[in-house]
This record gives sequence, structure tokens and C-alpha cells, in this order.
Amino acid sequence: MLTEPFEPRLIGFLCRWCAYTGADLAGTSRLQYPSNLTAIRVMCSGRVDPTFILKALAEGADGVLIAGCHPGDCHYSEGNYRTQRRFPLLTDLLDQFGVERERVRLEWISASEGERFAQVVRELTETIRTLGPLHWKQRREALART
Amino acid sequence: MSKPKVAFYWCASCGGCEEAVVDLGEAILDVVQAVEIVLWPVAFDFKLEDLQAYKPGEIAVSFLNGAVRSSENETWVKLLREKSQLIVAFGACAHLGGIPGLANCTTRDEIFQNKYIRSATVANPKSILPQTETWVDQFNLELPEMWNTVRCLDQVIDVDYYLPGCAPPPDSIAKAVQAILSGNLPPKGSVLAPEKSVCESCPRNETKPETFTIDSFRRLATDTPDPEKCFLVDGFVCMGPATRGGCGERCIRGNMPCRGCFGPTPDVLDQGAKFLASLGSVSRGKTEEEARSFAASLVDPLGTLYRFGLPSSLLHRRTVNKEVS
Repeated sequence: MLTEPFEPRLIGFLCRWCAYTGADLAGTSRLQYPSNLTAIRVMCSGRVDPTFILKALAEGADGVLIAGCHPGDCHYSEGNYRTQRRFPLLTDLLDQFGVERERVRLEWISASEGERFAQVVRELTETIRTLGPLHWKQRREALART
Repeated sequence: MSKPKVAFYWCASCGGCEEAVVDLGEAILDVVQAVEIVLWPVAFDFKLEDLQAYKPGEIAVSFLNGAVRSSENETWVKLLREKSQLIVAFGACAHLGGIPGLANCTTRDEIFQNKYIRSATVANPKSILPQTETWVDQFNLELPEMWNTVRCLDQVIDVDYYLPGCAPPPDSIAKAVQAILSGNLPPKGSVLAPEKSVCESCPRNETKPETFTIDSFRRLATDTPDPEKCFLVDGFVCMGPATRGGCGERCIRGNMPCRGCFGPTPDVLDQGAKFLASLGSVSRGKTEEEARSFAASLVDPLGTLYRFGLPSSLLHRRTVNKEVS
């Protein structure tokens, strides 16, 4: 029996001012990119509490993208710097949990960078395809008693 | 009228919670006057058969401390649940997983290897590891099975109340016991402690400016904190902002930053992630390099952010891909 090819499930937290508008531009420009990413619009990348990322991974996501305005361009002036400061702490933490760092990606995408958004999604999809599914719940349950 | 029956039981614990009960001092005499203690392994000899003899719901309340990590723990807590009207998760281990929960960073095999084979002080030429069954002559000897994953109590049985802390402070134990005896109880599932964070009642709160930033964290191993300043402002990891108060700030008064034993405040899903979120405004760098160097100054983020709550965190434990292949 043939098994279904693995299709990564990605969650993208996109800032309303830059990255989400960039994603919109990718769409209106009819750019082709994989449909693996479910976009969630947030007011600022700084609003992305690390809880959101852990919850996504714990509940079935294979990878997460956080995307916001370029440094210096934040609509709220400081939000993306906060994201930038948290990010290496989060990836260090994920590493200790056994989640590959590459599963979570932080990118700065401006409202005019539709092609860049499409490229980031293509790359992340391929990275996760190579890593394989995360299956966090199954993984931890398999280890629970045996 | 007969006195209400009360049970105390321990699972994977250090004995500190039992100590906390004894720390009630003379107040314990009032408790003993009011209740009949039917099970307390640390103080009296009890067997499983003694517990099995009780009718379902015959025990008014059971205080269970320790994390659940073996088949024996599971048998006892499930039986206690059946026999008790109320179950109180007593202390950080039963509430959140606690210090034994840090074993979720590794596996049972790794623990056995380290404990019985690799340890420099162990001589075990035949590499004998604990077995659940062993035949000696014609006798079959049994040991409980140890699990790979440590659990907090409510991951195994239904829990009515939580008494947080490592260990719970005597005044909160006394208050909880009084509330139960008088039937004056909050809604089921409540944590019997205030809803505000440790900072709210911290004696050093006034030294914390409205906003502050630091370049990197200092470590208790190599530095001594200022005896009066807010630990975070002074550059030490203090879990106070992400931790429920009500502990009496015992650590802080001993010049030790909060380590998070009371668990998250209500509405917080994951104590470690919430604390991590707050660090975005504590560090001051504006470049990736600065962010990386700040992160590097927080040694062992998992052990620091989830010191008492790894089993009850969103991810529960460490797992590595190859372990399940």
C-alpha cells in the first residue's frame, strides 16, 4: 500500500502591517508558493507570545513562521525588537526539548516584499519536508510508559 | 458524630511536604483533634489492603504529594481517588510535576544507565538493572515499573484542589484544612493561593523601576545578588513575574530569586513561555548578535523556566526523533 506523501503543516504568525500585507501582495500578484502555511494575522510580531509557538507545535504543527516588519520599521517602533530578543531564547529552549531549531523561523518581510514572502514559505516548506513530521503528541505519548 | 477521615500519601517526592505538615507545629494538634488520620505512610505503617478495606468515598479528604512516575504510584492514587470525597494535590510535584518532573528531560533507560552502570561510585560488574520480576530460588519477586514520563497528579486522576509550593507554607496548609473542615470551599479545581504574582507582594517590588533593561544575566554560582534590589534589575533570573504569589516570599527574604514553585498565575497556559515572553523587554540589544549573546547568558533555559512545571507544561517532556523510530 502506498503511504500518503508527507505534507508539512505550517503555522504563520504574520504582522498586520508588513508581513501579512506582503502575503497579500504575493496573492494579488498571483505568485506560486506551497499552500502548507496557515496564516494567522497578528497586530505585531511582538504580540507573538512564545506560548503560541509551543501550543502550535504541541497540537500538531510541523513548523512555525513568525514574520514582522524589518528592524526600524515596526509600526509600534519597538515590537519587532522584542521578538528578535526572544527568538534565540526560544530556539535554545526548543533545542533542549528535542525540537529542531529549523522548525521555527523568524523573518522580516515588508509590505512590498510579496516575492520574498513566497520564497520564505517555499524554503520553510522544503526544510520541514526534509525534517519530516514533528508529531509531538504521538512522540511524547509513545514515550509515556514504555 | 464520627470524625472525618483524612489520608496523607506520597508518591515521587522528597519528604519535604511531610515535613511541611509537621511544621504546622502545635496547630497540628487541633487538626488531629478534628479528624481521624487513616493513612500516613511517613508516620505509621499502612498496607494497600488497609486502604482497600474502606468503602468508596469513606475518606473525606486525601492530601497527595509527589509526582506520579511508577505503576505503584498509579495504583495508590487511583485507589485513593475511589475512596476519597476530595483529593488535594499537595505541593509543587503533585500540582505541576515538580523537581522529579525534570526527569522528563531524559528517559528511564538513561536514568538506569547513569544510576546503575555509569556512576563512578557504582560497582555492578554484571550490569544488573532493576526488573519488574525476578526469580530467586522458587520465589518471584516483584518491583513496581518506573515510567519514562513523570506526571503531575491531575494527569492521572481527577483532582479537586491544588495546594501549591515546594513545600506549601504552613499557614496555607492550615487555611486549606480549615476551609475543608468548615465546608467553606472555592470552586472545584481551584488553586488554594492568591491570583496575583509574587512581585505583587515582593518586599523588593519598590526597587523595581517602571522600565529597566539588562545586557545579560548573572549567575548565582559566580555572583551574589544585592540584598535589597529587585533580582531582575540586578541581572538575576527571578521567576516572580510569572509565578503565583502567596508563598510568603521565603526565598526572596533569604536573598534567593524566585524559582517558580507556586506555578503560573491563573490564565497562563505555560509558565516558562510566559516568562520568556517578558524577557523581550528586559534585554536591551537591537541586533541579532546582542540577542544571541543575551540568550547565551541564560544557561539551561529548560531547567530554569520549567524547574517545577515540566510535566504540566505545553510540551510535557523532551523527545528526540530517533527515540521513536
